[in-house]
Amino acid sequence: MRKRLAGLLLVVTLLLVAVALSIAVGSRVIPLGDVLGALAGDGSPDDVLTVREGRIPRTVLGLVAGAALGLSGALMQSLTRNPLADPGIFGINLGAAAGVVLAITIFGITAPAGYVWFAFLGSVLAMLVVYGASAGRAGTNPARLALAGIAVQFALAGVVQALQLADRGALDQMRFWVVGSLANRETATLWSLAPFFVGGILLSLVLARSLNALALGDDTARALGAGVATTRILVLIAVTVLCGAATAACGPLAFIGLMVPHVVRSFTGPDQRWVLPFSMLLAPVVLLSADVLGRVLARPSELQVGIVMDVIGGIVFIAIVRARRVVHL
Amino acid sequence: MAVILLVASAFTLTTGDFAVPIGDVVTAIVGDAPPAAEFVVNTLRLPRLLVGILAGAGLGVAGAVMQSLSRNALGSPDMIGFSMGAATGGIAAILLTASGTVGTSIGAAVGGFATALVILLLVGRHGLNGYRLVLVGVGISTVLMAVNGYMLTRAILGDAQRAVAWQVGNLSGRNWEHVTLVAVAVAVLVPVILIFNRRMSMLELGDDTATALGVGVLATRLVPLLASIGLVAAAISMAGPIPFVALAGPHLARRLTRHPGPNVLPAAVMGALLTVASDFAAQHALPVQLPVGIVTSVVGGVYLVALLIVQRRSRRA
Repeated sequence: MRKRLAGLLLVVTLLLVAVALSIAVGSRVIPLGDVLGALAGDGSPDDVLTVREGRIPRTVLGLVAGAALGLSGALMQSLTRNPLADPGIFGINLGAAAGVVLAITIFGITAPAGYVWFAFLGSVLAMLVVYGASAGRAGTNPARLALAGIAVQFALAGVVQALQLADRGALDQMRFWVVGSLANRETATLWSLAPFFVGGILLSLVLARSLNALALGDDTARALGAGVATTRILVLIAVTVLCGAATAACGPLAFIGLMVPHVVRSFTGPDQRWVLPFSMLLAPVVLLSADVLGRVLARPSELQVGIVMDVIGGIVFIAIVRARRVVHL
Repeated sequence: MAVILLVASAFTLTTGDFAVPIGDVVTAIVGDAPPAAEFVVNTLRLPRLLVGILAGAGLGVAGAVMQSLSRNALGSPDMIGFSMGAATGGIAAILLTASGTVGTSIGAAVGGFATALVILLLVGRHGLNGYRLVLVGVGISTVLMAVNGYMLTRAILGDAQRAVAWQVGNLSGRNWEHVTLVAVAVAVLVPVILIFNRRMSMLELGDDTATALGVGVLATRLVPLLASIGLVAAAISMAGPIPFVALAGPHLARRLTRHPGPNVLPAAVMGALLTVASDFAAQHALPVQLPVGIVTSVVGGVYLVALLIVQRRSRRA
């Protein structure tokens, strides 16, 4: 218990540091004093604009999207009893991509604010198909889940590529969307997604106890009075809403939902009442740090956070796989 | 299956914007037909068909070997990052050197081999079986995907378009040079794998059992694996990373033969059949000509989902 509380303090501190960095550091160098001044609204107009219109929304998006992805990763891993479940395996990213490419090619929508809903819808549909194809009565068999996820991703990738080849404009937009980013997303869009984020986060935290019961096996859970089917459906709704909204807002962000719960479980143990809040707090730390790193690495331009996450995440993932003698799926 | 492959081939050669009756196809191949038919068959359709057959067979065999060695239905080159590495090499060649097909092929081969080498080093001697290979491959794939995505955002649009078109997997515009290259790779490497066929089947029973039966475990893993990497590199450099063939070919072959072991030859025929049939569909199903890779990935994906749903139904019944 004491260890967990100390951990909680540590994670909160890290989160504050990450937020501070995300506001203070960027590809355009602004001295720290000027940043504080800009926050208060004085200083050069350029600085005020950069900090207020650029970095603050970006930091908020990183916080919210990170929390959403961290939570949904933890929820999925618990629900499927599969330590490797993450939004990607449910085809969320390609579902969203298919939604966006259809919006651009068929409906001629070119503003990101317009295709956010298509991305959302696409990721929801992809997820339902994957879950529907892999779930049996006794939860999902991990291997079937992986297979279903891969199958749906193949099918969607074909559609996305065909449309991109048919339409130059779509390719031009898509190649930037497909590497997830926190930059230049429109604030208005984010506000319209806010209810989904808030609802999803609240719902997941409420579900922690029932997930603990489910982890003991369905029969035990029933004996404890947990509604097994209801819990599953609610978890699925929470995951769909959180991932769909995060992907719609930032584009695909791999690995964060996979990695963070792993790290968290290594010191909280399997109790979901700890795993979920921890994941929710730690994931934005990772996402914001990766975003700041991308801004610093590629000065004077910047690397999209999705690319930084992919590379770091891939390396960490391989390290985890190598460190364990056998990975049971 | 071989018969179906022949029929599919015949269809591919005879149909198109310029229909050629089957008799003329045969005489064109033998060498005395009307010049127009001769040109259409020998210069356009036959090389395309042969590259499809050979690349498909190569992918099927490579997939069979990898699935057998990793004892995992997902252990195919698509999944393990080889294909992604080859794509990275190919895209880099397209974007950085502005070279033609030859440069792209070399880039793809180099990328595929380099990726394979990194994966082998990472999984180590004991990691060639089971999920470890697949998981490390997934990690590598993701990193490479990011690299590919980054390259596309930095490219001019025309180059990005060419890179995407190649990355999908494409058989259009293949000529006899392509055929020769894949043919050599298949002719050399498939027999090597066949030599190890029985030993690989024993290895599926587990390392200890195989050792007890007198099988050299390390050699039985390494030699076919290296040969498979060669096959994948050859297939991809000539046809682009056609998705799904290496995953589904061996899968379907196993279901049909109901035999344990890698099923090398059935997987080869199945891979070829999948590729040729998909290419035929890609050319004639819609008013526009699609690259073959789009058909394999959509059809393959839908097939797998359907399979999973059907299985679930039957288990409930």
